[in-house]
Amino acid sequence: MDNLITQLINLFAAVILMLAFAMLSQRRILTLIHLFTLQGLTVVASTVAVAYVTHQHHLYYSAALTLALKCFLIPYLLHRLINRLNVRWDIETLINIPTIMLIGIVLVVFSFNLALPIAKLSASIARGTLGIAIACFLLSFMMMITRAKAVPQVIGFLSMENALFFAATSATYGMPMVVELGIALDVLVGVLILGVFMFQIREQFDSLDISHLEKLKED
Amino acid sequence: MIDWVLLVIAAWIGVGVLGIAALRQFKLVARILFPLGGLIGLALAFAALSALPRAPEIAILPIGLPQLPFHLRLDSLSAFFLLIIGAAGAGISVFAAGYFRQGAGTPPGLLCCEYHLFLASMAMVVLADDAYAFMVAWESMALASFFLVTANHKVPEIRDAGFLYLLIAHIGAIAILLCFGVLQANSGDYTFAGMREQSLSPFWASAAFLLALFGFGAKAGMLPLHVWLPEAHPAAPSPVSALMSGVMLKTAIYGLLRVCFDLLHLHLWWWGVTLLALGLATALFGVVFATVQTDMKRLLAYSSIENIGLLLAAIGLGLLFRSYGMNALAALALTACLFHVASHAFFKSLLFLGTGSVLHATSERNLGHLGGLLRYMPWVGWLMLVGVFASSGLPPFSGFVSEWLLLQSFLFTPGLPDPFLNMFIPIVAALIALVAALAGYAMVKFFGIIFLGQPREENLRHAHDAGPWEKAGMLWLAAWCIALGLLPNLMIQFIDPVTRMMVGEGLAKQAAASGWWLLAPTSIERASYGPVFFLLGIIAASTLAFLLVRLFYHGHVRRSAPWDCGHPWQTPRMQDTAEGFGQPIRQIFEPFLRLQRTLPSPADTKPFYKVVLNDHFWHWLYLPISRGIEYLARQVGRLQQGRISIYLLYSFITLLFMLFLVQR
Amino acid sequence: MNLSGLLSQFLAIMAALLLAPLLTGWVNQWRAWLQNRSGPGLLQPYRMLRKLFIKESVVAESASPLFRMAPYVAFGCMLLSCAIIPTLSTDLPLSPAADAIALVGLFAMARVFMALAAMDIGTAFGSLGARREMLIGFLAEPALLSVLFTASLISQSTALTEIVENLAHRDFVLYPSLAFAGIAFCLVSFAENARVPVDNPTTHLELTMIHEALILEYSGRHLALIEWAISLKLFAYSCIGLALFFPWGIAEAQAPVALILAIPAMLFKLAIGGFLLALIETLCAKMRIFRVPEFLATAFLMAVIGMLTHFLLGS
Repeated sequence: MDNLITQLINLFAAVILMLAFAMLSQRRILTLIHLFTLQGLTVVASTVAVAYVTHQHHLYYSAALTLALKCFLIPYLLHRLINRLNVRWDIETLINIPTIMLIGIVLVVFSFNLALPIAKLSASIARGTLGIAIACFLLSFMMMITRAKAVPQVIGFLSMENALFFAATSATYGMPMVVELGIALDVLVGVLILGVFMFQIREQFDSLDISHLEKLKED
Repeated sequence: MIDWVLLVIAAWIGVGVLGIAALRQFKLVARILFPLGGLIGLALAFAALSALPRAPEIAILPIGLPQLPFHLRLDSLSAFFLLIIGAAGAGISVFAAGYFRQGAGTPPGLLCCEYHLFLASMAMVVLADDAYAFMVAWESMALASFFLVTANHKVPEIRDAGFLYLLIAHIGAIAILLCFGVLQANSGDYTFAGMREQSLSPFWASAAFLLALFGFGAKAGMLPLHVWLPEAHPAAPSPVSALMSGVMLKTAIYGLLRVCFDLLHLHLWWWGVTLLALGLATALFGVVFATVQTDMKRLLAYSSIENIGLLLAAIGLGLLFRSYGMNALAALALTACLFHVASHAFFKSLLFLGTGSVLHATSERNLGHLGGLLRYMPWVGWLMLVGVFASSGLPPFSGFVSEWLLLQSFLFTPGLPDPFLNMFIPIVAALIALVAALAGYAMVKFFGIIFLGQPREENLRHAHDAGPWEKAGMLWLAAWCIALGLLPNLMIQFIDPVTRMMVGEGLAKQAAASGWWLLAPTSIERASYGPVFFLLGIIAASTLAFLLVRLFYHGHVRRSAPWDCGHPWQTPRMQDTAEGFGQPIRQIFEPFLRLQRTLPSPADTKPFYKVVLNDHFWHWLYLPISRGIEYLARQVGRLQQGRISIYLLYSFITLLFMLFLVQR
Repeated sequence: MNLSGLLSQFLAIMAALLLAPLLTGWVNQWRAWLQNRSGPGLLQPYRMLRKLFIKESVVAESASPLFRMAPYVAFGCMLLSCAIIPTLSTDLPLSPAADAIALVGLFAMARVFMALAAMDIGTAFGSLGARREMLIGFLAEPALLSVLFTASLISQSTALTEIVENLAHRDFVLYPSLAFAGIAFCLVSFAENARVPVDNPTTHLELTMIHEALILEYSGRHLALIEWAISLKLFAYSCIGLALFFPWGIAEAQAPVALILAIPAMLFKLAIGGFLLALIETLCAKMRIFRVPEFLATAFLMAVIGMLTHFLLGS
């Protein structure tokens, strides 16, 4: 049974990676939010699985916290945001998705190499997934770099946090509860502040295209 | 055995000398000397075949400088390459007997001399057992092929191509010479036997490896030293292109194998990775460029670059396995490499010869002016189709077997002690699959545009099929493509002693264990491929379908004009051009290419559309280097003043300086 | 080579030949239902084949023997591929003749023949179709190979029967890499079988055609063979998918009861697969042709990531 659940954790890791790639190559903002919610759900599921196998009860709490925050509250906020900003059906022009994905693959190989020595030290049952967690982190980072609009960037930021949380669960069975609470609060506040920022950006430039921020540069 | 081989080579040189004697007697040269050369090639192939499983034999020829004779050695590796040179050379010579026409340029006798010297020097390269003999043979090979490339030297482009070829060949030769210098490790013994004795430190071994890679890579057309290849191969007459592409490039592969697996005993893992990466880049580059070409011989030249890339990748994989002591897997990778050496030699020669026949029949190399030739040149067309299938790696032809073996050896990597490499190499396998699929695209374009559809020009309707000599030469090569594809185990039996010599393992035992009809390099459970059954299966299913349809229904066929979608008329110009067929690839791989486009304005009454595709390497690598050299030369050029007294002054200063040195 | 092996081989070939048009009919029927049409009935493909076989073949004046050969070769290739894919049983005497790589080679062979035949007539649409088909092929082929590589890395074999035995009859293990491979495989099979996001099998507009443009010139018995070959290809792809991702129910050697049970199991799986195919086809819109390389490159990269995941989580 435990063996099966370990495999299940690996499967969840693969799904998280897959969703990270899907987010990297998704043009529609609405679908992006759905994908993000799905990724949050998978992270929750894998945390529950790790908690079940290792009997670490505090992981159940952090899973519940993540569920509330990443799967309900933040997606709800994002939905409200895109409705009020009226960018619900926005499509971003992404250049050359295969190239972005190719770079993504290089990142995966790189992070695997990075995680290898760490994973050897770790005693966690899910240590194999550490490389995937790092890869997801880097992929989300890259998503933030390649996007030109503000909302997808915020989603990239949030999915980066997902990856970090997943990394913490898989490598060391999660961070202390206090730290986790703190991070959760940080993310929430971050989203709120970024939301406010987005309104400001729109007020200023009549667009959410952050390339307009270049105009702020003094010549 | 080696005496026989030397006799055969001497006979080739003899034929060349006879060619000089009959300088302008076209009939004699074409009808007697070239077929004779072909016969000699056949004899060489037989001699090499019988030498393959035997122990190495050594001969010393007292030619050249005193105290410095030619050391020659016939071992399995050289015998295998002699087999390729002989067998492919035989077909090409027979073709050449019907190909060369009287006309401008080099007189036929001289051409015959150069051609046979080229063949003989290739054979000598493979036989040489010391650096001196090797370099003499290597240089005479380069020179003979240079003169053959510039056979039509009145054309300025051909002169330029020849110059570029000679230049890069010589830069490569310097690197090879330096490599031998490193390999002899200050012992002063330049025989290969002496080099085998040396045990180099990792640093010097790596230096030797890199020099060999550079030197032989320049000859093989490895990235970024490939620029001469698409210029020189199309410029040469077709049998010479066939010889250069099919056979000469393989001597560079031979040199690399000889240095890496015979002369060097140390193998570092990063050598393999370097070769793998370079090979993959070369293959991808070659195939992308091949798909966008509009000149049929250039297309084939780029396809040769692609195949060289695959060979290099296979050698790299072999080196990688060897460096971790996994000799059985190294043998698998090297078997794939050697099999591909053979199969590429035959199918690429066949394709180049076919373009020669097309060129003769239509005097057109541009794909945009060809089309529909299958109806007017059925022999050439159907024989070329065999080459096209082999080249696109379709079962059950020869190209597929090598591709299959190569992919198999890639899939065996999970066993390498380094997890990073373990992960890396299947990606390479996926990219090799991409290269193979793209090669199929290029070949469909090549064949479809030349031979299928409607003739794009009126004069193509008068194209005539190839003559008997040309047919015979192509038939011989096509037969090899099919035979290698259907009976791979037989070839593996021949390759076995070669890999046994290089890495101490071979595949013959397993191959023999599973029967002649089934190719199973490790075990049937692991992987197997039975080309004969495969072919029989397709034939049986197709014939059954054919017979059943005939039996139950009918065989009526009505001929009618093709469907024109309601257009009032249809012209051959409406077919895809070569540019059009390559357009999707051009669009997808645009960063690979350097595009210069002139688009007509919409108001233009005589619109003219022009695309020039160039290589980034010209722009980024070669032009800066040539500019640098030009600058240096200009600086040196200041010494030239044109006044005798100043030149005397230079001599005087030099003399003083020398005297000063001597005095110290 | 024993009697039961021969029997299961014969059974596999006959099942492919007879059931392939039914699968096509099933998919078309469901598509019609999902689009609120009444549909032509399950047996329509058989009726069509019969009619086409009886009809006279019209061949273009400029056609060479290659053109008339191509349908037979394509049909032969597809039939052979159905014979080596373990549809009902893994006990197939023909399967050592071709492993997963040779299977992809077989599909490539059929594709190249069809493309050459389309170029043979020398019409604008024929060469357009050939170009588009090769464009799809050059990306789909390595993607399919990578999917199969993932499976063969898991079972340490490229023989299809061995892969299926390993996946179906050993301990149950969840393979995350197969999740990636599965998605890649779905994308590839849509493209290879000329299904909706990539190509519309029922289109009558020449400019948007991919696969239909290739066979525009065929009629009568040649067209019948090609249509049958297309059905066989869909059947072969479905069976590869089922064998790799849902291998349960495929019989082993020397198991006559399992062999009998394998037929309803396969029918059941194919019925569900066909329904899903129709559902996806109804929900998706056809892509522009310029988006297709991107779509297939995604499939290829997904398959490569699948291979990577095998090593990421395997070690």
